[in-house]
Amino acid sequence: MTEHLLSVRDLSVSFDTPDGTVSAVNGISLDLAKRDTLAIVGESGSGKTQLAFAMLGLLARNGRSEGSVRIEGQEILNLPEAKLNKVRAERVAMIFQDPMTSLNPYLKIGTQMAEVLQLHLGKSKRAAMEDAARMLDAVRIPDAKRRLGMYPHEFSGGMRQRIMIAMALLCRPALLIADEPTTALDVTVQAQIMELLTEVREEFGTAIILITHDLGIVAGSCERTMVMYGGRVMETGPTDKLFEAPSHPYTLGLLAAVPRLDIPQEDLLTIPGDPPDLLGLSGGCPFTPRCPLAHEPCPQRMPDLVSFDTDRKRACHAAREDVHR
Amino acid sequence: MTAFILRRLLFAIPVLLILIVLTFVLMYTAPGSPFASDRGVPPAVLANLEREYGLDRPFLAQIGTYIWNIVTQFDFGPSFQYRDQDVNDLIEQGFPVTLTYGFWSFLVAVVVGGTLGVVAAIRQNTWLDYFAVGISIGAQVLPNFVMAPILVLVFTLWLGWLPGGGWQGGQIEYLIMPVIALSTSFMASIARIARASMLEVMTSNFIRTARAKGLPGRTIVLRHALKPALLPVISYLGPAFVGMITGSVVIDLYFSTGGIGQFFVASALNRDYGVMMGITVLLGALTILFNLLVDILYAWIDPKIRY
Amino acid sequence: MVVSHSQSAALTAAAPMGPPRSLWADARARFFRNRAAVGGLVVLGLVAGFAIFGPFVAQHSIEEINWSILGKVDDAGGPCFLSGPDNEIPPCSETGHWFGTDAQARDLFARTVQGTQISLMVGVVGALIAVLVGTIYGAVSGYFGGRLDNMMMRVVDVLMSVPYMFVLILLLVVFGRSILMLFIGIGLISWLDMARIARGQTLSLRSRDFIEAAIATGVHPFRIILRHIVPNLLGVVIVYATLLVPSMIIYESFISFLGLGVQEPLTSWGALINEGADQMRQGLWMLLIPLAFFVVSLFGFFFVGDGLRDALDPKDR
Repeated sequence: MTEHLLSVRDLSVSFDTPDGTVSAVNGISLDLAKRDTLAIVGESGSGKTQLAFAMLGLLARNGRSEGSVRIEGQEILNLPEAKLNKVRAERVAMIFQDPMTSLNPYLKIGTQMAEVLQLHLGKSKRAAMEDAARMLDAVRIPDAKRRLGMYPHEFSGGMRQRIMIAMALLCRPALLIADEPTTALDVTVQAQIMELLTEVREEFGTAIILITHDLGIVAGSCERTMVMYGGRVMETGPTDKLFEAPSHPYTLGLLAAVPRLDIPQEDLLTIPGDPPDLLGLSGGCPFTPRCPLAHEPCPQRMPDLVSFDTDRKRACHAAREDVHR
Repeated sequence: MTAFILRRLLFAIPVLLILIVLTFVLMYTAPGSPFASDRGVPPAVLANLEREYGLDRPFLAQIGTYIWNIVTQFDFGPSFQYRDQDVNDLIEQGFPVTLTYGFWSFLVAVVVGGTLGVVAAIRQNTWLDYFAVGISIGAQVLPNFVMAPILVLVFTLWLGWLPGGGWQGGQIEYLIMPVIALSTSFMASIARIARASMLEVMTSNFIRTARAKGLPGRTIVLRHALKPALLPVISYLGPAFVGMITGSVVIDLYFSTGGIGQFFVASALNRDYGVMMGITVLLGALTILFNLLVDILYAWIDPKIRY
Repeated sequence: MVVSHSQSAALTAAAPMGPPRSLWADARARFFRNRAAVGGLVVLGLVAGFAIFGPFVAQHSIEEINWSILGKVDDAGGPCFLSGPDNEIPPCSETGHWFGTDAQARDLFARTVQGTQISLMVGVVGALIAVLVGTIYGAVSGYFGGRLDNMMMRVVDVLMSVPYMFVLILLLVVFGRSILMLFIGIGLISWLDMARIARGQTLSLRSRDFIEAAIATGVHPFRIILRHIVPNLLGVVIVYATLLVPSMIIYESFISFLGLGVQEPLTSWGALINEGADQMRQGLWMLLIPLAFFVVSLFGFFFVGDGLRDALDPKDR
């Protein structure tokens, strides 16, 4: 294990609710090199967003996180707010699911962008505004200078997500976490935003963690993929191998649920059942109730994450040969 | 912006007219002559009086004159009980008083209530939050007519610190209890509204973005959260204004401050329709004007409102 | 229950698992878990019991003057359970003035019972009128939408900026003070908020499938409003009505405090507080007893209302 940009060890996130403790993330570990791209895939409630929130200390008030998160060797999990604020935006930036509500509707775009530079890099308002305009140019927003004086509601959803990306890149962070950046957008706009993220990575050398439930957008954009379910890692590995030969029944189900144009399909397949209730997770594999291959040890014991094929890992009791289409 | 203000002003005119017509119709349809009191006035005198006050003229002529006098001379009509007084005299006497303690009450309610609510939300689940929530729940059941006697009981009767009533040109010791009595319940409402909306704003997505940008807490609250959190408070200012004007009647009555409310109650007990109508119309106009100011303030703060 | 996407909010709201229950049973369970609300309900029950059974317990009528106390109310008019050797208050066995007397030596217990009756009645009837008018107005406005909606809501805007209490007092003075007038007047002050709330709810209901289905099958609009819209507004209406009752009581007390409400010998909390406030130098009990009833009942209504809102309004959960 040489110089990792990001290294997460045994990260767990739980929430205290009136009905009991909810475990959203259970002991997840991952590593990310510079300029690397990782997709974290899973259904709603798989804990993928809370995983990202926990890294940057953005959990809701009732949330708690344990474990270790290191950025370039520095431990950042549960840092005091003041120290965490130096990590945020400067080294790790984040963009969110819903561009319509993620920008402050009461402040001009320019103000919202410039304040990042003023705070972190100590630039003057004027210099910060110029940088902001340049960054808007970089994310292909025409007429950037004038747009700085506009309010978020004067932009479309795709434009707002571009602004979010531009804002996130202002301090040239080493890592950009994109939490479902395209979910709220039209399909054509989705493609544009994904393309922009790819360009960003090439131009700025930013590593990217893409959090999504949509395997369809992962294929072309991320080198590695991690599949999560019920707050645990189901399998992880290079995206193309994972797509080619999924080693976990859940991955298989997710792949089957992606609508494809190249193969004639009668119906859109879905994974039967609902995501797990995180309130009363037992010690077993959370996917058991929905798993076609579930057998004796599954409800009792969570399988270990085992390496195979040099760069892949899986956590499943079923034999690898039994997992196929 | 100018066009927006003009449009709202134009909208205010029919509202005011409706109010005038409503009160005038009420008075016009009142059974019996306003002069027919228990004193048993002879019919001839009654007819004379009615002619003198123009009450024998047709309805439209009466209301026309009434409105005309208000618009052109700011004349709200005569008192039907006291020949040497008209509504304007009473307004001149009482209005500065009402305005003085009303202004302070409003200021106290907004500033103290707003601060309490916002700070409570930021320090959620601390003793300060519980204190603020406790006060705002408690004050719900302490409207002005309950606060006033309690204050007098404690500060005048038991402690002997403050005079139990009077005005004396608005010296501070005469001002304190009216202001507290009038502002408490509104302060509590504002604190409650501000706290709830601040809590909501602080969990909103754009605050999360601001946190992800590494902004310090102070900047997040002051620059990002305060404006949207105060919008619901601003919406409440209109109703609060109406409530305070209404409450001023109790203040005037209980503390004998000599404000406009005192004349209103006196005229209500005297069946002095002229004064009642004059005061109602004046206060209605003030309310409408105030709501206009609130609308402008709101539009100025919220960029999403197009005008 | 599916843990939804807005994670933090949804996670805190994750409902307990178990057999599916009806909306109302669920709400009832939630309500009874709320200690403040249950406490409020108990208090309200006690106050209502006081108003209902008080007349059978009272030893005097509201008008009867105790001539042996008149003239020395300050010394002898206090609550009889305070009777002792160091004061002149006659013992309860003699007078039965449990709450003492008022300034005219009338039994304060009987008067408080009667004042409680009027205040509660004004509160409930006023709230009913407001809710009835407001719900129907709002439902019609929201259902038909378009220009009618625009116009109807403008009317509400206009009426909102009228200082109502003054018009109501004008009304009471012009047409004579009667309890009926008070009921109607106070009820009509407060339907505006209800109309707005009902309209908002109706707007969101109207786009739902079962309403569209009713429209598509040609059900008469008013039937749709009465059979489909209004029942679905019930939750909001109940919550709002409960919260309206205390404001109605405050309005009535306000007017009675000014001496413009209920007329002698009848009384209400506001009138009693007013009389007590005048007498606080002589006999504090005249202020404190009605004040306690007023404050405690209002707390009760607010707590029950808040409890109902938390139980019935899924948004606030």
